Parts: sequence; structure tokens; C-alpha cells
Amino acid sequence: MAYQTIDEANKAVVQKMIGSAPFLTDVVPAHTVIPELTEHVLLHAGPPIKYENMTDPMQGSCVGAILFEGWAEDEQGARELLENGKITFIPCHHVNAVGPMGGITSMNMPLVVVVNKEHGNEAYCTLNEGIGAVLRFGSYSDQVLTRLHWMKDVLGPVLSKALKTMDEGLNVNVLVAKAIAMGDEFHQRNIAASLAFLKEVAPAITSLEDVSLKDRQEVMQFLADTDQFFLNVAMATAKAMTDAARTIEHGTIVTAMCRNGENFGIRIAGMGDEWFTAPVNTPQGLYFTGYSAEDANTDIGDSAITETIGVGGMAMIAAPAVTRFVGSGGFNDALETSNNMAEITEQENPNFIIPTWDFKGAPTGIDARKVVESGILPVINTGIAHKVAGFGQIGAGTVNPPIECFEKAISAYAAKLGFEA
Amino acid sequence: MLYTIIKENTYQDSIVLMLLSQKLSAMDGVDKASVMMGTPANKDIFKGAGLGTPELETASANDIVIVVDTEDESKVDEVNEAVDTELAGGGGSDDSAKSSEAHNWKRALELANNPNLAMISIPGTYAAMEAENAIRNGLHVFMFSDNVPKEDEVRLKELAHEKGLLVMGPDCGTGIIHSVPLAFTNTVAQGDIGVVGASGTGIQEVTTIVDRLGKGVTNAIGTGGRDLSTEVGAITMLDSIKALNQDPKVKVITVISKPPAKEVQEKVENLLRSIDKPVVALFLGAKPEYQEEAIYHAYTLEEAAVASVQLSNGEEVNFTPSSIEGIKADFDENQKGIKAYYSGGTLASEAAMMIKHSLGEEEIKDEGFTYKSASHEVIDLGDDMYTQGKPHPMIDPEKRIEKLETSADSEDTAVIMLDNVIGYGSHADMASELAPTIKRITDKAASEERSLAVLATVVGTDKDAQGYDKQRQILEGSGAVICDTNDQMVRTAIELIGGKVAQPETAMKSFDKGTEDLSVDEKMMSLISNNPSVINIGLKSFTEAVENSGAEVVQFNWRPVAGGDEKLMKVLQFLNNYEGENV
Repeated sequence: MAYQTIDEANKAVVQKMIGSAPFLTDVVPAHTVIPELTEHVLLHAGPPIKYENMTDPMQGSCVGAILFEGWAEDEQGARELLENGKITFIPCHHVNAVGPMGGITSMNMPLVVVVNKEHGNEAYCTLNEGIGAVLRFGSYSDQVLTRLHWMKDVLGPVLSKALKTMDEGLNVNVLVAKAIAMGDEFHQRNIAASLAFLKEVAPAITSLEDVSLKDRQEVMQFLADTDQFFLNVAMATAKAMTDAARTIEHGTIVTAMCRNGENFGIRIAGMGDEWFTAPVNTPQGLYFTGYSAEDANTDIGDSAITETIGVGGMAMIAAPAVTRFVGSGGFNDALETSNNMAEITEQENPNFIIPTWDFKGAPTGIDARKVVESGILPVINTGIAHKVAGFGQIGAGTVNPPIECFEKAISAYAAKLGFEA
Repeated sequence: MLYTIIKENTYQDSIVLMLLSQKLSAMDGVDKASVMMGTPANKDIFKGAGLGTPELETASANDIVIVVDTEDESKVDEVNEAVDTELAGGGGSDDSAKSSEAHNWKRALELANNPNLAMISIPGTYAAMEAENAIRNGLHVFMFSDNVPKEDEVRLKELAHEKGLLVMGPDCGTGIIHSVPLAFTNTVAQGDIGVVGASGTGIQEVTTIVDRLGKGVTNAIGTGGRDLSTEVGAITMLDSIKALNQDPKVKVITVISKPPAKEVQEKVENLLRSIDKPVVALFLGAKPEYQEEAIYHAYTLEEAAVASVQLSNGEEVNFTPSSIEGIKADFDENQKGIKAYYSGGTLASEAAMMIKHSLGEEEIKDEGFTYKSASHEVIDLGDDMYTQGKPHPMIDPEKRIEKLETSADSEDTAVIMLDNVIGYGSHADMASELAPTIKRITDKAASEERSLAVLATVVGTDKDAQGYDKQRQILEGSGAVICDTNDQMVRTAIELIGGKVAQPETAMKSFDKGTEDLSVDEKMMSLISNNPSVINIGLKSFTEAVENSGAEVVQFNWRPVAGGDEKLMKVLQFLNNYEGENV
């Protein structure tokens, strides 16, 4: 397919995002859908990174994953494997996956499977562990490992069975559309979507006859307790949408944004798999009492894939309850944020209509040209990790990608098209 | 000491509580405080922050828990009250909807209500690009920006003309569109005199004199100083004259310019001879050699204004110049010089012309002087040479004060002249800035038993914010002689040193009526016969005048594309204009 202008190519790319039909169909062990995930292989968030350059929480997650898989007896053994280069790292993004915060994913972790039925591609993400001491923020305590095993042995299989009772799985666009009208923006706030998800799966879970009552109750309790459960589903959905869109290798629409704590990486459609990176910023936000910006880890995680499809910080105005995270705070600031985001995006997504924005659709398809032209950077809503592994989340706020990513991307694309400086 | 408050069965969103925690922790006498719902995960966070208490463990997930660390127990009640106040509501942010401002074209066009005029005051390097955007969006352009290459001006004006649009400028400092003052402009009564001018202060002088004579100007269209150059060919002036001619409310058309290239002057005069309305033409700097049926040729700005008023009254033109008599001055033999320090460039040119024509000293060409001879000097302090990195002398008195002081001490100085141009864009009270210096130099001359005449003229109307009469009174109180017009001031100065300005002798000459096409685009008629709807790109202060006169304006806070990075700008230009099969 040939496109005469970049505008035409960009429209086509965004159309492919918007025209996606994401369905949550299954929860499976990671190695069954990602053949690269064998022993001693870990996935991580963001663009490629070496172990020694990872921030402490991501390194802590690696230790946790190794202990979970049983590749080492204890922390010391795990560290030795890591420090001696015995572990192979692959970015989640390279294997159709995304991962929150550290994004550390190993072969036996359960993943949600989102199928883009319009284009036939799939995308994967780990299950949300809840808040507090969790692997994605670098904790690897017994409590964390015990939960991970329960998720592998109980939560994953039960959800898989529940989803399989549905003919087609769960239509995610419908869930998102419902929840956006209930005040979610799918990055900072997922409570409505998580409840809508629970509403869909609860009857199926409770009627699973081959699962013990105790397991069913535990799964129901876990889903009821986990406000951010849907975030990981939203991330896999966004990945399924953007991977479909990036089959069109033309134009300047951003097809991925992610961070590894060291670098922020973006991809644009016209440059295919190439990452354009620059050092990450540190999020600005509100901290739990006792913590401050000094304790904050640098920007980390693949969750900015939600902003890539126009939700999260892009759709700030959709979630009045979280708008006070924005700068000085308040509804008008949120409105201004989304209005600004509309200026750097290709179009509104009619599937994700935002009532609080006078029923405009989520601003979708970040055009790297417009970012550089206007200097308006995408706004990413994010959790803030403690820079020391184990402390977990210490706050939440917003962060911007470094503009250099976008400058590098459009310069490279112009060069590809024959531009000579 | 840790204190725990539990509010049972009370729910608040975590963000409300985090903001509240910050507020409480900032209270005097409180070491730290945290407010959260009593969920198991939050209890861990309390403990992690060193705020774990036995009471905390009893809280349920539906309770708000407050843990306060303070040495002062009385603070606990204060914290409790603060929490109650916050939870009672009203804690919302108090920012009201921000006024509508844009920072790109798309937004500006959305916010504006049927916009038809773009005012551009951004750096010259970018001004042409944005003027082109404005024209392509169907807007007339008022370009205050200077340093725009002449070839860009030609291109923009040709493009605009094709589309029935007007480009005023570049380097256009003054304009009145349907009584809405643009940029550096006075508030002038409405009326049936239509003005087109290639010079800013020339327009200001003529329109304010017209106002003070009891008539008015509804449209004064600035063309920019280069419009009558050979290359530009008076595109804007010709279109403006046609528009004023078609406007039934205009009775007299007044044209002001420096003497243009001969072929351009002919083109303009041919058009003026084709229309039936009375016309006053001033090509400032040249002595009119003849008068004609269709056009009254004026010599000075005051003459152009008076002639316009008389024609508007249906009278014959009869201009009698005036000067102020009876000024006590007894100059010694060294005192021969007139020193003039202007903020208005055209006023300086007028003074230079009159001095040159009447005193006959040989002119010494020198950069930075509008006119210089052995005895006299006329300086336009608004010239680029004096404004590098400094505000314009209409805003900043510093350079003028310096010149007043040095020239007053110079033994050849007899007369000092200065202007005070008031109105939008100018200093709020320039008279009070200059008065102390005038007083000091006149007092000093008196104490040395030396004559020194300081003449001043105020360009403005009683509707200008600075107050025309007030500005005159302040200057007069400092010892300056106040002249009604620049023409009168220069004549008075010349007479004080024994000279006389002769009015040019003109004979009647007859010309055939011109046959120029007088049709004009509807968009131009609409511009001058309605309140403009303005998009102001650049200096925000320009919006005030537009708003005060009841017209609509949207502020476009312009920033250079890609932060002004030239390489990225080229990349963007390449990508935005790229066409090809292999995108």
C-alpha cells in the first residue's frame, strides 16, 4: 500500500489502531505463547537495557523472578546469575508483550492474552499483583513469591477457565467504553474497568465446578481487592492495537512509548522496530507521607503504551477523580492537558468517548512531527516507585517523555526518505 | 509521639487524602501526618513511613485513618478539625476557566469568531511564514514585525491581493480599522476621512489633528514603509484607496507617504485621478509643484490634516500655517542651532525637510541623523541604531533625557524640539518623565543668563489614556513651549533663529481623469466596514486596545516551531511537504 503524503500514512496507521477489535481470550503460562521465554531468560520493560544499568527496583524484580522460577536457591544465588551474565534479557516489546514498572516476566508467570480479532495479532501482559510489596516494584519477599505462585497455580488457571466459558472471550473495547464513562483513564485509575471486568467474570468463576470453592473464593476476593487489575489488560490491549498499526511501516505516528528506568524509548510507524531513546525523566507527583521526590525511582515501565493509544494522561479529562495529580491540580488543568494532547494527536477515537470532554473521543495517534513542532509533550500518568527495591510504590503523578526521542525519530525518518541536512 | 484518629465508615478518594496528607504535614508543630483509607496495603504504607500504631490495626478498609506525629498534643485537635473541614467539601481548586488563548493556528481559528484579521508582532525571521499562514487561512494581515525581507513582502502582498486580502506592513506601527486601534495608535473620533499611510507617526499626527479639529477618521490603513517601493509597487496602498473609495461613509481620502519611486507615484496618482471623492496627497519630503482638480497636494502633515477637514466640511482648502510668537529669546552669536530629538520617525522627517528647505545649510550625511548640518541636527531616536536591545523612545525616556542634557550644554544650541506621542503602546506618562530634565536644563540656562528655547508637541487626542491636555500641562509646567502640531513647532523653531518657512508656490495643472479599475474585493470592504475579529500573534499588549474598542480578539501565544531549532525546522518542513509513493 502506497501513501502519497505523511498525513495519509498517519491516518492509515491511526485507523488501524482505532479499527482494532481487542478481545481478552485467555490467561496462559508465558512460555506457551512466547517461545523465547525459556530457562534463564527474562523480559523487561522499556527499550533494551543491560542488567548493570537497571535501577534497583528492576534488579530486585529480576531476583524475585529467578527465585520464583527456582533458578537459584536464594538472593545471593540469584544475584550471581545476574551479575555473571547468566540471564538473557529481552524487552517485552520485542515478543508481543508489555510489562508494568520493571516489567520482569519469566516463563511460568501467567499472562493475559488479548487477541486483536480485526488483524489477527495477539499481545500479552502479566497479571496485576495488587499494591504494596509487589514484584513489579522490586520486592522479592516470601509474601511476594507466595502470591506469585498462587497467581500461577490458582488465579491464572481459574481466569483461563472462566474466560473460556465465553464464546469469544471478553470484548475489551466495550469494557473500556463503559469504564471511561465511569471516570477511568486506564493508567492511574482502573477501578471502574476492574469492577466491570469482575462483573463479567464473576458468574463464570463462581460456576466453575472443577475448581474448589476455596480457590474460587480466593480469586473473587483478589479481584475484588485489586483496583488496578484492569491496567494490565488495558496494556495488553494497547499493545495489540499498536502492533497492528505498526504493520504499516510509514509515517510519523508513535507506535510505542516505554521506559526502562535508564532510557525512554519510542517507536514510530515509519521506522519499524527501531527505538529512539533518551534518558528518562523522574515523575512529578504526590507522595505518600514520609517520602519525597528524592526517594523516587526514575521513570519506568511499559505502561505508557496506554498513552500511545490515547488513554492514560492523554485522556486526563476522562478521570475527574485523578485530575488533581496534574500540576497545581483541578478540573481545568486536566481539561487543558487533554486539549493540549488533542493538538499532538491525529484524531479522536470514536470508540472511547469521554463524557466529561463534551463527548469527544480519546485523543489518539501521537504524531511525532506535531510533538517536535509544538514542543507539547505527551503527558503520562504513572505510579512512582521507590528507588530502592522492596519499598514498592511511594506515590503517583505525571511524567513527560524527553523530546529528544521525537526529534531523533523524525530526523531519522526524514533521512530515510532522502532528506539531507 | 504518634496519635491516631479513625473516622469510621467514611470514604474519600486516595488523591483527596494524599493532598490532605501534604497539607497536614505542612502544619506548624506537626512532624508528619498521613491520611489514608485503612486497607491492609495502606496499613503497610503507614508502617513503612514510621507511622504504625496499635489503633491503626483496628481500622477497617472503610475507615479513614489519620496518624499524626507531633510533640504537641493540642495539634491533634487542630489536625482533626482540618480533616473535618476538608472532608466537608469546598476543598476544590479555585482556578476558574482560563481565558481562551491559543498556541497554534488550529486552536486560534477554533477560538476566534469568524476571524478576518491577523496582527503579527513576532520576530521578523518567522513573521513572513505566519503571515502566509494567515493569508492561506483567509485573513487580512497587520504586520507590526520588522526585519522581513523585501522579497517576502512582495510575495505576501501578491498572494494576498490575489485572494482579495490586505497586508498592512511589514513594519507597520499604526492602524485604525473601523475605529479599532491597532498597535501604536491614538483613539480618534469616527468620521468621514479615510487615511492610507506608509508611515506610522505620520498617520498618528494627521489623525489626531483631524480629531482635535472636530472631525474623525474611521479607517487609517498603514501600508508599511516599503509599500511604495518599485518592487512592491504600492499593492497595499492601491487596494486600500479602492476600498476607501467604495465605502459610502468615506467622504475624503488622505494619502501619506515619503516621495516614492516615480513610476509608483504615477501609478498611485493615476488611481487617485480615477476616483470622484476629494483626495489629499502628501508625499512628505518633496515640495508640491502644482495643484490639480482631483488631488490636493500638501506639504506638511498639518496641512494634509487641515485640508482633509476642510474638504470633509465641503469647503475650499485654505491652509494658513501658524507659529508661536512672543517667545522671549535673546540668543548669543554662537547660538544658531536647532536640535530635535524625536520618537516619531515621520515627525523627524518632516522637521528635517522644513529645516533643509528654509535654512539652506549644507546637509552633512551621517548615520543616525535624520538631518545634520553645521548648526542643526534632527534625530529619530526610534531608529534601529538607537533601539538595539533597548525599548522604543515612546516607551523609554532614557535616550531622550541624555540628548536633552548634552544638547542643552552645547553652546551652539538655541532651540531644542521634542515630541511626545501618546496613545496605545506608548508610555503611560512620558511628560512626567521628561519634565524634570526640561526644568533642569531651562533653569540652568536661566541661571547662566543664557537663552534656551525648548519646544514640545504632543501627538494625541483627549480620548487617549495619557490625557492630551494633561501631557501638555506637565510639559508646559516644566518650562517647555507647547506647540499644537509638529508643523507649528518646526516653524516656530526656525523663526526663533531668524528663518522663515515658505509655503511652496503651486499653480493649477490639469490632468485627464484616470481610468483605473476601481473594483475591490468584498473581503476588503468587509474589513473596513465592520469591527474586525482579530487573531493577535505575538505581543499580548496589543489585545487591550482591540478589546477596549469592543472588537473580538483571540491571543495566539506564538512560539517558534521546534523551539527555533533550524535543523529540526527543516526536517519538519521536509516531512510536512513530502510527497511520493514511498512514504
